[in-house]
Amino acid sequence: MTGIGPGGFPADDDDRIGRNGGDPFGAEGFDASPDHGDDYGDEMAATFHTVPGGASCYFAPAQAGVIRSLVSQVAELISSSDPAESGPGDGPDELEQMLGLSTNAGPSDDPVLARLLPDAYSDDPQAAAEFRRYTEETLRAGKINSAQAVLASLPAEGGEVVLSEPECQQWLRALNDVRLALGTRLGITDENEDLTEDLSVDDPRTAYVWVYQWLAYLQDSLIEALP
Amino acid sequence: MSTAPVEIQQADTSEEARLDAPWITIVWNDPINLMSYVTYVFQKVFGYPKAKAQKLMLDVHHKGRAVVSSGAREAMERDAEALHGYGLWATVSHDS
Repeated sequence: MTGIGPGGFPADDDDRIGRNGGDPFGAEGFDASPDHGDDYGDEMAATFHTVPGGASCYFAPAQAGVIRSLVSQVAELISSSDPAESGPGDGPDELEQMLGLSTNAGPSDDPVLARLLPDAYSDDPQAAAEFRRYTEETLRAGKINSAQAVLASLPAEGGEVVLSEPECQQWLRALNDVRLALGTRLGITDENEDLTEDLSVDDPRTAYVWVYQWLAYLQDSLIEALP
Repeated sequence: MSTAPVEIQQADTSEEARLDAPWITIVWNDPINLMSYVTYVFQKVFGYPKAKAQKLMLDVHHKGRAVVSSGAREAMERDAEALHGYGLWATVSHDS
């Protein structure tokens, strides 16, 4: 597990961003980067606040674009790997589909999917497969549902987003799924939580690490804001 | 975590006793989930007070894993399913 220091977002990050030309999301190859000006500066530290019945947060357009893009990518990854989504003929049994049973026997070869849809038995493959058969479709649907709730409540142009308590729950799960996906792709471990120390500013992964850290800060502020 | 029986039971290795032995849900440490989030999830899923949720979270963090619930196998599977829904890494096993 990882923690957020009392100061929240690491204090020297603004400085790093400054040295890097002010654009943490613009690394080449980072397809989450939308068009934006150089207007975020302090807004980088978007923070949720408690409001009656839920929480609210102001998002700059660039921030909204990054979150929307990453949340969509995770939802797409989850649904595209779903055997129930494949075409007729090569797909699973119709009855199994109707009953919401998964035809996947084991965890995905993709480490991100294996982390998002993990085995429930570590030393009993048969029990793990059986558990997956009965729960995986529901788990997928829940994750896609949370992602859709974020996309529905966060306008592409950003702005003040006010969430109800149930929406906060869905945001928490969706932000966490994005962090699990990004962190797994980046190879985050307990020993290298701050990968930026090992990466040059020109490394395309550096931008992802910044986003990863920013999302941790954002998620933490949402937990704090919840009643 | 569970209420200890008052009388001391004889060690019983009969088949019936083995079947009655509780199952457990284990949450494993991972480098990505936030400590605040894991604490929150334990409160939400199990209804634990914050202090107990925090202690469990720290157990996971420092020991690499912690038993978060125990009981019938079906109930443990429901717990694991709920924890997977929140993105925690949870497994079920027989408490032996």
